[in-house]
Amino acid sequence: MRHPIWLVPVALTLLVGCATRNDLYVLLPGKDGKTGALVVDSNGKQQTLNTPYAAARVKNVGSVDGVTSSEAEVKQDFGPALEAQPKRPVSFYLYFLRDTDEFAPESKALVNQIFAEIARRPAPEIVIIGHTDRVGNAQYNDALSLRRAERCRDELIKLGIPKVRITVAGRGFREPEVPTADQVPEPRNRRVEISVR
Amino acid sequence: MRSALIALTLPIVFAFGVAVAAADDAGQIKTSKGSAQIERSGQKLPATVGQVVQQGDVVVTGADGSVGITFRDSSLVSIGPDSVLAIDRFVFDSTTHQGNFDASLKQGTLAVVSGKLAKQSPDAMKVKTPAAILGVRGTEFLVRTGPAKD
Repeated sequence: MRHPIWLVPVALTLLVGCATRNDLYVLLPGKDGKTGALVVDSNGKQQTLNTPYAAARVKNVGSVDGVTSSEAEVKQDFGPALEAQPKRPVSFYLYFLRDTDEFAPESKALVNQIFAEIARRPAPEIVIIGHTDRVGNAQYNDALSLRRAERCRDELIKLGIPKVRITVAGRGFREPEVPTADQVPEPRNRRVEISVR
Repeated sequence: MRSALIALTLPIVFAFGVAVAAADDAGQIKTSKGSAQIERSGQKLPATVGQVVQQGDVVVTGADGSVGITFRDSSLVSIGPDSVLAIDRFVFDSTTHQGNFDASLKQGTLAVVSGKLAKQSPDAMKVKTPAAILGVRGTEFLVRTGPAKD
């Protein structure tokens, strides 16, 4: 007599009480030296991973077992996914004269480095992000930061980078390199970040 | 007759065109190996380097496949062989860094380096599997999901 095939896993579970899942969640040390955190929640059962190689196994939905993985185990379990990781974005910074979208002169030398980075990457994208200091209100600085980014984009297009590869953003004064009080001029915050990714 | 047909189809073409233009690109494929596809509105597209990934896409790899995607918030997401990853939601404001990134790994392996969304707010990025929901507090982590091998 033939048994329906779906009975097999059911029977196995009943007989051995064995796992139905083969899930593994691993927190890695950050490349920048900081390790973040990952909250694993399986049907209300939670485990927070916050040290390098802290891991959680879920063998059945609703149960989370804390374990520790290692660099070697991770390579074995996740090798191809890790090898497929895109290159990390690299950022370059150009600085501006106060209240203007004119480059500070030393910034021009960076352009060659940016080109070299672009050439190293598959399907490269260039994200140009403008930043300002805290002189002026938020709205003014949002507009100024975007104008700086656009100015920079126009220069890069002139130098031969296809327009479709470039996107621009203006962050205003949300992301200062050097935090300051309101209305303080700070040349290091008047910059454009060129992220190549 | 013909003009009636054109009159009927034009708004449809136009509406479709607008929908496509409005659907923001979520990311771009940077690495691709072996058999790998994107499923988008019932169509299968090859997951080649340079191909755009959108909200709603499902990225699928075969036994020899892998794919790496850089998202607009600079999240890096890659999957290994025999994997199925759905991009359920991707919204990113490049000025405020606010938005949402929800993805589901239905099976297989996943490596993530979270980006600007997760950095801006701890609840912005969620990864689901059939067995768990992951709250991403940054930054690098790995996921394997699938039924138990007997």
